[in-house]
Amino acid sequence: MHAFKYHRPASVNDAAALAKGEAKLLAGGQTLVQTMKLRLASPSDIIDLGTIKDLAGIKSDGKSVTVGAMTRHAEVAHSADVKKAIPALAALAGMIGDRQVRAMGTCGGSIANNDPAADYPAAVLALNATITTNKGKYEADKFFKGMFTTALGAGEIITSVSFQVPKRAAYTKFKNPASRFAIVGVFVADFGGSVRVAVTGAGPAVFRQADMEKALGAKFAPESVANIKQKQDGLNSDMHASAEYRAHLVTVMARRAVEAALR
Amino acid sequence: MGAPLIGARVERKEDYRFLTGAGQYTDDVDLPRQAYAVFVRSPHAHAVIKKINSAKAKKSPGFVAIYTGEDFAAAKLGGLPCGWLITDVNGQPMKEPPHPCLAQGKVRYVGDQVAIVVAETSEQARDAAGLVEVDYEVLPAVVDGSRARAKGAPQLHEIAPDNTCYVWAIGDKAVTDAAFAKAAHVTKLEFINNRLVPNAMEPRVAIGSYSRSDDNYTLYVASQNPHVERLLMTAFVMGLPEHKVRVVAGDVGGGFGSKIYLYAEDVAVTWTSKQINRPVKWTSDRSEAFLTDAHGRDHHTVAEMAMDKDGKFLGMRVKTTANLGAYLSTFASCVPTILYATLLAGQYKTPVIHCEVTAVFTNTTPVDAYRGAGRPEATYVVERLVETAAREMKIDPAEIRRRNFITEFPYQTPVALQYDIGNYNATMDAVQKLADVSGYASRKKASEAKGRLRGLGYAAYIEACGIAPSAVAGALGARAGLFEAGEVRVHPTGSVTVFTGSHSHGQGHETTFAQVVADRLGMPIENVDIVHGDTSKILFGMGTYGSRSIAVGGTAIVKALDKVIAKGRKIAAHLMEAAESDVEYDRGVYTVKGTDKKKMFGEVAFAAYVPHNYPHDKLEPGLNENAFYDPANFTFPAGSYVCEVEVDPETGVVKVEKFSAVDDFGNIINPMIVEGQVHGGLTQGIGQALTEGARYDATGQLTTGSFMDYCIPRATDVPFYQVDTRVTACTHNPLGVKGCGEAGAIGAPAALMNAITDALGVKDMPMPASPQAVWTALKNKK
Amino acid sequence: MAVKVSLKVNGKSVSVEVEERTLLVTVIRENLRLTGTHVGCDTAQCGACTVSMNGKAVKSCSILAMQAEGADVMTIEGVAKADGTLHAMQAAFKEHHGLQCGFCTPGMVMNAIDFAKSHPNPSEQEIREALEGNLCRCTGYHNIVKAIGAGAKAMAAGK
Repeated sequence: MHAFKYHRPASVNDAAALAKGEAKLLAGGQTLVQTMKLRLASPSDIIDLGTIKDLAGIKSDGKSVTVGAMTRHAEVAHSADVKKAIPALAALAGMIGDRQVRAMGTCGGSIANNDPAADYPAAVLALNATITTNKGKYEADKFFKGMFTTALGAGEIITSVSFQVPKRAAYTKFKNPASRFAIVGVFVADFGGSVRVAVTGAGPAVFRQADMEKALGAKFAPESVANIKQKQDGLNSDMHASAEYRAHLVTVMARRAVEAALR
Repeated sequence: MGAPLIGARVERKEDYRFLTGAGQYTDDVDLPRQAYAVFVRSPHAHAVIKKINSAKAKKSPGFVAIYTGEDFAAAKLGGLPCGWLITDVNGQPMKEPPHPCLAQGKVRYVGDQVAIVVAETSEQARDAAGLVEVDYEVLPAVVDGSRARAKGAPQLHEIAPDNTCYVWAIGDKAVTDAAFAKAAHVTKLEFINNRLVPNAMEPRVAIGSYSRSDDNYTLYVASQNPHVERLLMTAFVMGLPEHKVRVVAGDVGGGFGSKIYLYAEDVAVTWTSKQINRPVKWTSDRSEAFLTDAHGRDHHTVAEMAMDKDGKFLGMRVKTTANLGAYLSTFASCVPTILYATLLAGQYKTPVIHCEVTAVFTNTTPVDAYRGAGRPEATYVVERLVETAAREMKIDPAEIRRRNFITEFPYQTPVALQYDIGNYNATMDAVQKLADVSGYASRKKASEAKGRLRGLGYAAYIEACGIAPSAVAGALGARAGLFEAGEVRVHPTGSVTVFTGSHSHGQGHETTFAQVVADRLGMPIENVDIVHGDTSKILFGMGTYGSRSIAVGGTAIVKALDKVIAKGRKIAAHLMEAAESDVEYDRGVYTVKGTDKKKMFGEVAFAAYVPHNYPHDKLEPGLNENAFYDPANFTFPAGSYVCEVEVDPETGVVKVEKFSAVDDFGNIINPMIVEGQVHGGLTQGIGQALTEGARYDATGQLTTGSFMDYCIPRATDVPFYQVDTRVTACTHNPLGVKGCGEAGAIGAPAALMNAITDALGVKDMPMPASPQAVWTALKNKK
Repeated sequence: MAVKVSLKVNGKSVSVEVEERTLLVTVIRENLRLTGTHVGCDTAQCGACTVSMNGKAVKSCSILAMQAEGADVMTIEGVAKADGTLHAMQAAFKEHHGLQCGFCTPGMVMNAIDFAKSHPNPSEQEIREALEGNLCRCTGYHNIVKAIGAGAKAMAAGK
C-alpha cells in the first residue's frame, strides 16, 4: 500500500479534527485495508477509531437496540440482547463476510462505507434506524445517498445506530458465490400496521420496496409479495447477476423473508 | 518386523511441520542482503510499447535497479521454450513464436512482463514500479479462441498467420465418416470447456541468488519439477551450464500443474541477482497469480457419436479449437492433442474415432496443463455425449455404457493408446451400489415434494497416467524424456535416506514412498526419510504431474531398492558363509534356505560400512544405489462416478447432494492419502462445473481477477463424498500402481453436468452452471 | 516513517519498528520470522493468514500492525505444547488427513480452534459455514470438516 500517516486519537472530537483532506477513518478495516493493499485507495492519513472508548457496545431498551459504531459484527451476531429483541439483526450480522471478518468488521464502518452489496444498510433502512454522529442524528431514510455515498459530512463520525424493535422481521440474502457479498438481500420488518422492506445488493444503493411494503402492510403473508415484480430499471448488472435476475431474486428473497419472519 | 506398511492408513510424516508452522515454503526463505522485485506488467491485452521512462522510478526511495526487454535482449537471454513439438496435418512443425521473458516491443496479454524493478523492500519496489511510465499504442485484441482465426482478427505473432499454432488430427477421417453414414442414431453436442485458473493456495515465489565466489546461481522457486526448471532455464534461456545452477523447491503449497512451467519471473530474478550482486526475491500476490499463472482448459468443441439401433457406438467425430493464450507455455502444445484426443475412446469399444484440433493464440494468459490436462476435456466430450445419447435413445445411461465397455485386455484403441488392464463393469457395479441408484426415484420424489428438481448423472472416465514411456512420448513430439530417478542411501546404522525426482506438494510422497521403502526393508517408517526438491541433492528428476509419481517415481525407488537388496544378499551370503543363491530375503531379513541362519538388514548395512568381515574381492563397501526408470506404457486409472444434485428452480442454485466415486487406481499404498486426492480432485471438478470460469471482456481484461469474482469451491459448496476403490493391478510396474492425483478432476465435471441437465430436462448447458445460468436455462425452457 | 508497535505474540512481549503502512501479517512473518502464518490472497478471502488476536480468529492480512498495538496475538507456532505435543485440533487434522500441501493449514487450525471454543460438538453444516473464510484447494474440505468435528470434541473433553 501507499505510505500514510497513522493517528490514534483518544476521542471522537480528536478524530474529527484529524479527518480532513485525503484522510480516512479506520474502523474495523475489513474493506479499507484491502482497498489500500491493492493501491485502489491512497489516503494521506489513517485515523484509527479502534482505541476510542465508548464507541463499542450494545444497549437494548425494548423499543430499540442501539449498537455502538465500533461494535464488531460478531458481537451483534452473538449478543443475547439483540437475539432477543431483533433476532433478524443478529442473523444479518452473522451473515456478513466470514467469521474472521466478523470479528473485526464494525457496524459503523459498514454503514459509513455504504457498499451497494453490504448487509447492514438493509437493516438500517428496514428497521427505521437512527444514525447518531458527533454532529447530530439522521433518520435512515435520509442517510443513504447512493453508491458508496451517505449524508455524512467531512469530519463527521458515526457514534451509534439505534434500530427500532419490530414486531417481527427477517433478512434473507442471496450471496455472491465468490465474494459472499449480497447479490440481493431483502430485510422485511413488520412494525404492526406498517411494514418496511429494504433491498440491498440489487441496486446502486440500498432502497425500500414500496409496493411490497404496501402489500405486506395490508396482509403480512408470503403470498402478498410473491407476485410483486421488482422493476429492472436501474438495478445492477454484472457477470454474476443481470438486472433481470436480480429483479427476480428480489421477489423470491422478499417472499422467503416473510416466510422466515412468520416462523 | 511389523504389520505390512503397503496398503496401510499411515498418518503423514510431513504433517507435524505443517501443523506447527514449521514448513519452509519459498516465501519463508530470506537470504542476507536480499532485495525485492516487482514486475511492471502490461495493463493492455495487446499493445506496442513505444517508450519506457524509468526516470521517476529511479528516484523512488529504496530503488535498486530496473531492467527491461531491451536489457534482456542485449544480454542475449533467450525466450521461454516449449517442451513439446506438435506436427500439423500437413507435416509441418507447429508455429513457435518467440516468448521473451520481458516484452520485446509488444505486449500480448494483460499481465505480460514489461520490466523488473528491484528495491530494498517489497513496498518500495511496488512504489518504484508504479512510477515507471510506459507509453503504449493500444491495439485491438482477440480473446475468444473460436474467433482467433476469423477474417480481420487482430494478429498476435508474425510467424503464426491467422493466430494458428497448428491444426492437428488423429484417427481415420474417411473410415469414421463411413461409420456415421450407417448410424441408426447420431448424438451431437457443442460445448465450451471453460477456462480455469489453477489457484494453488500458495502463490508463486522465486528468489534468485548469485555467488561470485564460485560463479554459481541458486534459484529458490515454488516448482513441481526443479530439474526440469533448471534444464529449461540453463540450456534454453540463459545459456549456462547446468552444473552452475542449483534449483531448490522446498515446501510447495499446491501446484495442480501451474508450477510445472518455467516462468519469466524465475529467469528474471536469477539473471538480475548477478547484475546487482544481491539475492532478488519476487513473491506473486493473488491478483498477479490470476493474470500470470498458466490457465487451464479453454476448448470449444463440436462432438458427435454414431450408434446402431441398440446404442452400440460405431464412431466418434470431434472438432476442437484450443485457446493457448498469448504464448506457448512449457507444455501447452501437448495438452489439447496428445493428452486429449488419445483419450477419446474412454472406456468404450468405439471402433473408429477422428479428432481434429486447431490450436490458436489469443490475447489472454497462456494456457497449459491444469489438473487432468486434456483428460478432463476428453472425458467431458465422451461422457456428455454418452449420457445424452442414452437419453435420446431412451436407454438407461449405465446400461448404454455397459453395452460398450471394453472387457478384454490388452486393448488397442483407435487413438494410439493400448490399455493394459481394467474392469469397468466392476467400478460401475460398485458405484451404483455406493450411490444407492436404486433408491434414487424416491429421493427424486421427495425433492419434488419440496418444489425442487433432482437429477442424477454418471461419468465413467479413463485417464492415461504414469507419464510416460519416453520412446512413445518422443515419437509424439516430446523434447524430453519422461523417466524418473531415485536413490536409496542406506546409512551405516541402517536408517535410510531416499532421494526422488518426484516433488511432493501435497501428495504425501514423504509418507507413501517411505511406506514402500520401510515395508521392503522391514524397518519402522521413522527410519526412512524422503528427500525431494533440490537439484544439488537429487540425481535427476522429471517432476510431479500427470499422476506419475508413484507409478514412475515410486518404481524408480523400487528399482534402486532391488539393487540395495541384491547387494545386501551378497554381503549376507558372505556373513552367513552361504552361497548367494541360497540366501533368501523377505522384508528386512536375509535367511539361508533350509537353515535357521539369518542376518537382519541392519546388520548387513553395518557390515557394508564397517567392512571388517566383507567380500572385498567381490564388492565395494557402502550401500547406496540409484535407479532410473522409464515406464513400459502409460497406466490407465479408470472409474465410475455418480452425482446427484438438487436444484432450486426459483433461484437456480444447484446443490450437490451426493457424490459417489469408485476408482481403480491399481494397488494402493496408502488409502487415506488416495481418498484425500480423490476428494480434492472431485472438488476441483465440481468447481469447474459449478463455480469457476475465467472471463475476459472484449478488450482482454480479465474480469474474474480475484477471489471476489472467481469462485473456487468453499466448504459449503461441496458434500461429504462417498469414495471407494476396485483393484486391477497395473501389469507393467512392480507395485501394480496406476496413480490417483487427477481422477476426481477428470470425472467430476461430466457427472455433475449430466446430473444438472437431467434435473433441468435440458440437452445441454454451459459450465459453470452458476445460479444465474441455471435459472436462465429453466426460464428459456418454459 | 518508522513507528514502534508493541504487542504480545505467543505469550512473549515484542516490540518492532515498522513503516506505518505495515500489515500485522508482515510483522509476524518478516519481523518476527514466524513464517507459519501465510498469505494466499490479497482480498481477505483465503484465510491462510488467520491468527488469534485477543482470543478471536482474525485475518492478519486485513489488519494494520498499528491496530494490533497492545494486542495478545497467537500464531500457529504458539499452539502446540511447549514439549512439542500437538494441540487437540492439530492432532485431529493429522489423524483425519485434514491437510495436503499444508499452506492453508495454519489458518484453518487457528480458525478451527476459535470456532471450537464456542462449538464443542458442531454439526457438519456449522463446521462448513465456519470455514467460509478459509479456502483450501487440496482437500475438498472433506477431511478438514471431519478433523474439526473430532478436534472440537477432543477440546471439549479437555484433551
